[in-house]
Amino acid sequence: MWINLILRTVEQGLAFGLLAMGVYITFRILDFPDLTVEGSFPLGAAITARFIVMGTDPFLATLFAFAAGACAGIITGLINTKLKIAGLLAGILTMTSLYSINLRIMGRSNIPLLRQPTIINNIEGFIEGIGMNPDYVSLFGFIIIVFIIKILLDYFLYTEMGMSLRATGNNPIMIESLGVNTDVYKIMGLALANGLVALSGSLVAQYQGFTDVGMGIGMIVIGLASVIIGEVVIRSSKIPLATLGVIVGAIIYRLAIALALQMGFAPTDLKIVTAVLVILSLGAPTLRKFMIQDEFADRLMERGSSDAEN
Amino acid sequence: MLKINNLHKVFNMGKINENYALKGVNLTVNAGNFITIIGSNGAGKSTLLNMIAGTYLPELGNININEIHVTKWPTYKRAPLVGRVFQDPLRGTAAEMTIEENLSLAFMRGKKRGLSRGINKGRRQEFKKMLSWLELGLEERLEYPVKLLSGGQRQALTLLMATLGEPEILLLDEHTAALDPKTAIQIIDITKRIVDKNKLTVLMVTHDMKQALEMGNRTIMMDKGKIILDLQGQEREDMTINDLVKKFSEKSGHELTDDRVLLSEG
Repeated sequence: MWINLILRTVEQGLAFGLLAMGVYITFRILDFPDLTVEGSFPLGAAITARFIVMGTDPFLATLFAFAAGACAGIITGLINTKLKIAGLLAGILTMTSLYSINLRIMGRSNIPLLRQPTIINNIEGFIEGIGMNPDYVSLFGFIIIVFIIKILLDYFLYTEMGMSLRATGNNPIMIESLGVNTDVYKIMGLALANGLVALSGSLVAQYQGFTDVGMGIGMIVIGLASVIIGEVVIRSSKIPLATLGVIVGAIIYRLAIALALQMGFAPTDLKIVTAVLVILSLGAPTLRKFMIQDEFADRLMERGSSDAEN
Repeated sequence: MLKINNLHKVFNMGKINENYALKGVNLTVNAGNFITIIGSNGAGKSTLLNMIAGTYLPELGNININEIHVTKWPTYKRAPLVGRVFQDPLRGTAAEMTIEENLSLAFMRGKKRGLSRGINKGRRQEFKKMLSWLELGLEERLEYPVKLLSGGQRQALTLLMATLGEPEILLLDEHTAALDPKTAIQIIDITKRIVDKNKLTVLMVTHDMKQALEMGNRTIMMDKGKIILDLQGQEREDMTINDLVKKFSEKSGHELTDDRVLLSEG
């Protein structure tokens, strides 16, 4: 029973790992706080559900999700770079629009996928064909998908274009003076990131067997939490290790949530738990400084009193 | 060759903090010229360099580099023509990326960037050679993130990067001002060597009067958005720092005032 629970949790973690990779690209590589994620995650789920219900091949429906997410990222990028609206607001504007768009795509607020063919069924067929235990279907399938994408992303970030993308986030003035149009690269990065987020939404929908229009709420915080946990577990500036950390972070996050649920937390309370986790980790450097200062003050006080005694 | 015609720049036009930074600057810089630029605070020295680099676009006037009309071009489009080193060592390099990655970014100056690896064996060899030429031991640290380097090392690396990909013009904006005196001398030395080696056309803003006269072959003085003095040839050869300061007062009608101006013979 426990093994089964852990297995299911790791599978979820892998599916959310793509979301975390998207957030890693925007927050860490591009240094762009992108909230489009909250809309592009359900967008991927909505597109996939609608196309699968219409009878489209589930692999194709999953690819469409990626493309749709990329478009959402491009729109945020255009709002930010061409209209000069702050990145945070640009993301919020796209995210808000996507709520209406997602409802239009779905036609209602919830689409069940339980009796529909999904990529998981397809992999199941394949796995039974080669005689493996069907319990591991999703695990096997998700590991392959997530790691293929991870390796492609690692490779990309070391290409001339990928390095320019990293420089765009790290020092835009410098890379512009070397001939890179940072607007184009920002848009490209946002497209890539939101494509991955939508892909994640698509996998999660197919895994849980339904798409809900509200499934994007809190996704940005979950993605951030995963990235941060990953950075704690695997501390490295080397890209392949950093992206591995992000995936591991997403899995650990899911395990922590599963544990919290087992401990009797109400599922509806988990969002605040996650938010507090992110606040504490992002605020850690400042908090630590406070504590060190206090310690210093304490020592000074101690010495003061002992000095007074002498 | 750089040709600047009647260049005007106004910041915050019509607002209370309006700043008329350049008031009709004319300047012709021939290939191989090394110009040092001096002037008071707010004379428009940095603004002039920013306009050449494309950071700001002018209200009036035009800029030609090698007969190409670049007045309206954004910075990234001018990259093949203009290399630049800032005063702040942090601005010229990507801190989180390694030394070789930074060099590779500069190596592709103004070229189309594709999906091939940014660093390969051939390039790495080439980068090693360039770095050992700096004589700072950086060639042993190709895979170090740049954030681990000192200000002087970063500025040396920036100089190398600014001259990679053969730009027509090198802009130096008080690029040693943020360094300690000893490191500053080292960077000035590297600057001279790099300029000699690549036969570069240079515009260098400095607040060090001695440097202004010693380096390069031409000195221009700016005041209140205008070029008030253009020194070259024998006249410049014979000039001492005191003459230069006196000349400034004559031409501008006030003393040379810059918080950091260095007048000493040092």
